[in-house]
This record gives sequence, structure tokens and C-alpha cells, in this order.
Amino acid sequence: MSDKKPHSHSHEKTVNPLEQRVRDLEAVLTQKGFIEPAAIDALIDTYESKIGPRNGALVVARAWMDADFRRRLMRDATAAIATLGFTGRQGEHMVAVENTPDLHNLVVCTLCSCYPWAVLGLPPTWYKSAPYRSRAVKDPRGVLHDFGVHLPQSTRIRVWDSTAEVRYLVIPRRPANSEHMDEEQLAALVTRDSMIGVGLPRPVPP
Amino acid sequence: MNYISYADLGGREERRVITPEPENEVFHEPWEPRVFGLVLAMNAVGLWNLDMNRSARETLPDYLQLSYYEIWLAALEKNLWRSGALTDGAAPPRVLHACAVAAVLAQGSPYSREPTRPALFDVGQAVRTRAEPCGHHTRLPAYARGKVGLIQRIHGVHVFADSNAQGLGESPQWLYNVTFDGSELWEDAAHSVSIDAWEPYLSAA
Repeated sequence: MSDKKPHSHSHEKTVNPLEQRVRDLEAVLTQKGFIEPAAIDALIDTYESKIGPRNGALVVARAWMDADFRRRLMRDATAAIATLGFTGRQGEHMVAVENTPDLHNLVVCTLCSCYPWAVLGLPPTWYKSAPYRSRAVKDPRGVLHDFGVHLPQSTRIRVWDSTAEVRYLVIPRRPANSEHMDEEQLAALVTRDSMIGVGLPRPVPP
Repeated sequence: MNYISYADLGGREERRVITPEPENEVFHEPWEPRVFGLVLAMNAVGLWNLDMNRSARETLPDYLQLSYYEIWLAALEKNLWRSGALTDGAAPPRVLHACAVAAVLAQGSPYSREPTRPALFDVGQAVRTRAEPCGHHTRLPAYARGKVGLIQRIHGVHVFADSNAQGLGESPQWLYNVTFDGSELWEDAAHSVSIDAWEPYLSAA
């Protein structure tokens, strides 16, 4: 900032220029009747506390436990996921892709940041960043290394670039020795990263 | 027409490592949630569509220098300016009210449309993607131009982003998942890559 003069109200916090720009824009849009600030609050609250990767974890846990659900999920993921109550924005056209011992799936959006909001919430920073978007389609094994994931060379990797309005959810492999676990315990093993394909589920605690 | 997207990053030279992030980190600056909410609320007003919005973002000349929500903010300002929304007397076509937020989000905006003609391609068929760049918003990534792949899935008929982004209507087209051997895209690549591609991007190979 060019103005170095000490501010007469030194107890006031300096407002970040971006913060000010956003406040001004919100004030204008409110005054012109385009937005209702309470709706903004509701949108933020939804993605901060209601819609997030625990939705997807429940889908995965159900698929691990319930063979009939798994079949329906693989055939029509949008409809199967809707039966768990997860529908709508950025989940209108879902496809589930299943990891096997021979095949590992990884999801990216090289053109922007398309992501299955209805089951995973808003994407993490790295998912939207240039390093992930450029490298995932060209060197997925290198990307997996950044996440500490090392797959056998015999495992084929398929990368799904989300270039239209179809959203992909990876169904990771069920961890070994999890036969005794119930749905809630299984869901707790499912990480967000494992449903994007850059991670693996947590192992069963000894 | 000189259309430049700064967002088409797939396969670009990139050496930076990726930094993982905990699951509960949704926003990182106090102003980010407000931008997020403003953009969603303004999208609901209906002055522009999803594809126009993507186009507004990807053509920001400083796209690669901006943070994610700075991109959202700059594109919102651009959309507002372009649409003339803030001109005196302009009234919003619709307003998103707080009481409607949950229902609107749960409903979403499906992009599928009823087919009016049969699909040109079948699952398993070899197709070649369009090789030429085009002078408008498109969803065929540069790395996948002029490449041969196999139809993996038929998604149905979807709103055609290229047309919708230009304000030329939805022009729904068959949408396919096309899978490429990595070696078709990059030397020595052992993995495979799938994209979703509308019929006008494809020809029989």
C-alpha cells in the first residue's frame, strides 16, 4: 500500500482489499434486489456443515455391505445415490467407478474444477490447482506418489477427466479384515481422497 | 475470432508437487465463503448459464495467477458487466430466497435432454476427436484433440456446452465417454484416460 501514514484509528483492523471488494459487491447486489444475504448464509452453511465427503463415505460403505445396492450403483449411480438422500447440484449425473486389484480409478477435471458436490462437497484446493490438473492425465502414478500412494506396477490406472456434466465417484476397495464392521464403522474408513482416487481407505484398526 | 482459454491445463509441463489437504478445510480466507455464496445466488438469478460462466472464468487473462475464489469473483464481476445487470432499473428475473436454498440445491439442474435422433456411435466403436482448435468455449481438452479412442459409455443426450456458452441455445447432443490408451496421448504412458465428449467432437475412426 502506498499510504504509509499512521491511521488515526490505530485500533481498527485494516480491511483486506479483496474482502472490501466482496463486501461492496454484496452491498450493491443486495441494494439492487438481486440477492438476499440470508440466502448466501444458507448456501455457505450447506457446504460448510451439511454436504460433504461423509455423504460419499456412506455410499461407499453401503456398496461394500449391500450387494444389491452395489449393483444398482454401478448400473445407475444417480438413482442409487438418491435412495440415500443425496441428490442435486453437481450430482445430477453420477457414475460410480470401482477399484479392483487390477484397476485403479482417478478423477480429475483438467478444464476447471468439476467435482461431485452432492456426495463429496466442495473440492479441496489441490483438486482445483494447476499441478493436479496438468499432471493427473499425464502422470497419474507421479500424482499418487505425492499422496503417498504406491500401487503395484501390475495395477492399471484409468483417469477420468470430467469434461461434461457427468460426475465420477471412485468406489475404493474394501479394506482387509473389515468383515465384522457395520456401515458406520466402514464409512469411517472411507476418506475423501479415496473417493477421488488419490488415496486408499484407512486400514482396519488392530 | 480469437478465443483463448487459460484453463486447459491437462498434460501441461508442470513440476510443482501437490499438497494434500485435510477433509474439513472448506474455505481458507474469510471472504471466500461470501464469494462462493454470491456466485451461486447470482447463477440462480438466470442472467447467464453454467457454460457462459465457465467461459467467463477460463478467458480471464490472469487466470493462472489468481486463486480459485479470485477467479470466481473476477468472473462474477465480468458476468455482471456483460449482462448489464447493474444498469439502473434492471430487475432480476429471479431471486434465490433463503427458504428455497435447500430445495434448489437438492433439485439441481439436470443437463440431460430427450433424444430426438439415434446415437451415431456404439459402445466399443473407435472414434477420432476433432483436431482443430475452435474459436469459442469448448470442452474438448487440447491434449485429446485429433486422437483415436473407444466409446466406453453412452451417457445420453446432454446440453451442448459449446453452443450454450455462446448463448446459441442448448442444442442438445449425444454425449459419450471416450477412452484413450495413454500411449495415444503421451509417449510411453501405460495408463488410460477417459473424457466425456459430445457427438460433434467425434468422427468414426
